[in-house]
Amino acid sequence: MSTAYFGNFGGAFVPELLIPALDELEQAFVDAQKDASFNEEFFSLLENYAGRPTPLTKTRNLSSNPLVTIYLKREDLLHGGAHKTNQVLGQALLTKRMGKARVIAETGAGQHGVATALACALLKLECCIYMGAKDCQRQQPNVFRMRLLGAKVIPVNSGSGTLKDAVNEALRDWSANYEGSHYLLGTAAGPHPFPTIVREFHRMIGAETKAQILKKEGRLPDAVIACVGGGSNAIGMFADFIDEENVRLIGVEPAGKGLHTKEHGAALCQGSTGILHGTYTHIMQDIDGQIEESYSVSAGLDYPAVGPQHSHLKDIGRAEYVAVTDDEALQAFQYLAESEGIIPALESSHAVAHAMKIADQAEDEMLLVVNLSGRGDKDLDYVNQLLSKEAS
Amino acid sequence: MTRYRTMFANLDRKQQGAFVPYVTLGDPTPEASLDIIETLINAGADGLELGFPYSDPIADGPIIQASSIRALDAGVRPKECFDIIHKIRNRYPDIPIGILLYSNLVLAKGLDPFYDQAASSGVDSVLIADVPVKESQPFCEAAIKHSIAPIFIVPPNITEANLQRISKQSEGYTYLLSRAGVTGTESVAQMPAAELIKKLSHYKTAPPLLGFGISRPEHISSAINAGAKGVISGSAVVKKIEENIESLDDIKAALNDFTSIMKAATYYQRQTRIKVHAEEVI
Repeated sequence: MSTAYFGNFGGAFVPELLIPALDELEQAFVDAQKDASFNEEFFSLLENYAGRPTPLTKTRNLSSNPLVTIYLKREDLLHGGAHKTNQVLGQALLTKRMGKARVIAETGAGQHGVATALACALLKLECCIYMGAKDCQRQQPNVFRMRLLGAKVIPVNSGSGTLKDAVNEALRDWSANYEGSHYLLGTAAGPHPFPTIVREFHRMIGAETKAQILKKEGRLPDAVIACVGGGSNAIGMFADFIDEENVRLIGVEPAGKGLHTKEHGAALCQGSTGILHGTYTHIMQDIDGQIEESYSVSAGLDYPAVGPQHSHLKDIGRAEYVAVTDDEALQAFQYLAESEGIIPALESSHAVAHAMKIADQAEDEMLLVVNLSGRGDKDLDYVNQLLSKEAS
Repeated sequence: MTRYRTMFANLDRKQQGAFVPYVTLGDPTPEASLDIIETLINAGADGLELGFPYSDPIADGPIIQASSIRALDAGVRPKECFDIIHKIRNRYPDIPIGILLYSNLVLAKGLDPFYDQAASSGVDSVLIADVPVKESQPFCEAAIKHSIAPIFIVPPNITEANLQRISKQSEGYTYLLSRAGVTGTESVAQMPAAELIKKLSHYKTAPPLLGFGISRPEHISSAINAGAKGVISGSAVVKKIEENIESLDDIKAALNDFTSIMKAATYYQRQTRIKVHAEEVI
């Protein structure tokens, strides 16, 4: 298995108490990767339950520029409504493999919670989801979905009542119950081995994209673009392209109300290095090292840190990270609906918005792939409210 | 670091275990916090474990998290924490002072500057709740350079290899966990196998203080009977602050009583009488 670090970033900064649980998880993952029957079950679930491979759709109207072709990797069509289902199935199978009967998870937008809940229903695991109280409000349909799927949803009131506080609570639960419970972390962040496990269980996003674009266009794209909160859909898309040096890797962070304000979630663009939730990475913090609250219109990107491999990719200059504001994301949300008949998740709308910007400015032919990481059904009420407010 | 050695030697001679209370620095305000810490010392605390308030205390339960929030709301940052420690050190030159905090507060200042300031403020030991032994090397090097004891946590589930590694590096004392989970009195202390304590002594690990869920005198007698050299009591102490938050006098009175009772439970020869005494208290 790879080491705990990506260059200078990563590690496992957790209480000593959790080290045996992380070691056990790493060992189970290493063994599973070598076990043909594990992979067979994983890929069978992906195909027959989740609906992989997902299509790669050539957009007809999205690009403003005839020189630019934009494809969408349709993770929005995956069962559960987002890419999250991929890695959740993998980790749920690992939970069974470790002989544990209970799963703990945190969720921001609720997408990871829903994905975890459905995998637990399928594999008969007890499921306990921590969700920031503020996020529960913003994402009520997902709270109902999780409960319908048999999960226990625990609203977290401490701190800012968002994703980071849900992670804190989940870590506390795990500290007390690691012997019978697996912490099914939802993004490519957190302590080693989570960033590696989550990447490997999302790697098919990029692998499928590569095969599909070669078939359709006979060449690799000029850039792949994905939104970055914790960074799981982005790392899943990037993983198979990292060695393809001519393919630009572009991560799009939430600029919220603007990078010049304090209300954003752009840990890579505006943050500095430090430790949050067990990993050394880019985080949002004040001068003393207290973690600052992030902000984004999209709950799934509202996180003040990022996966350590993204910090490394930025550090070595292999990937570029940019930021898109709430307003730009909301415009892209509507524009994709109007122009292509696809309602994207607010998270994915950030990536769409950036692709549109690149297209506007391009002077040469370009082939872009946007990872459309999730669908926007969960955001309809919220966006409706926002747009009505704007109109009045 | 020598203050711990002196403390353990003196306590051994007096046939007592150590009672080390924890409070969060600056809770509820820097001025009150100084007063609270002096109360603890005057009521019999043998050493101090002082927490730096942090926004995301993942190893702490609700009681200590709430105390962190109170202190942060009062504007307490590492600078104010070091100021309080400095004042305590000037008034009490011999008491061992340990600080407990999270890694990002150390990184934000920079390892060397942080340990340098800790040393000049009179800190004897530093425990970083989210730095396990496998990530500890740079922190330990900076600590040793400034003659500060790096404190390690030994949980009940520790592997033999990690225990050996901790033993080689440990100074001051060893923070022995009574149970899994986070700090708090909701789950009471459980006594770790006396075997683990024997192993610690076999590997010549720094003297073990038992923590997590220590809230009653009988927890102390059990800890000492199991071979611990004393206890750290955090949430039970902080709870007295929370329960009496309206009045500093009430906080001090409650902490004075609690500390005296807990300290009395550390006397070796009184172990048989503790049970009776404890029932009176509760």
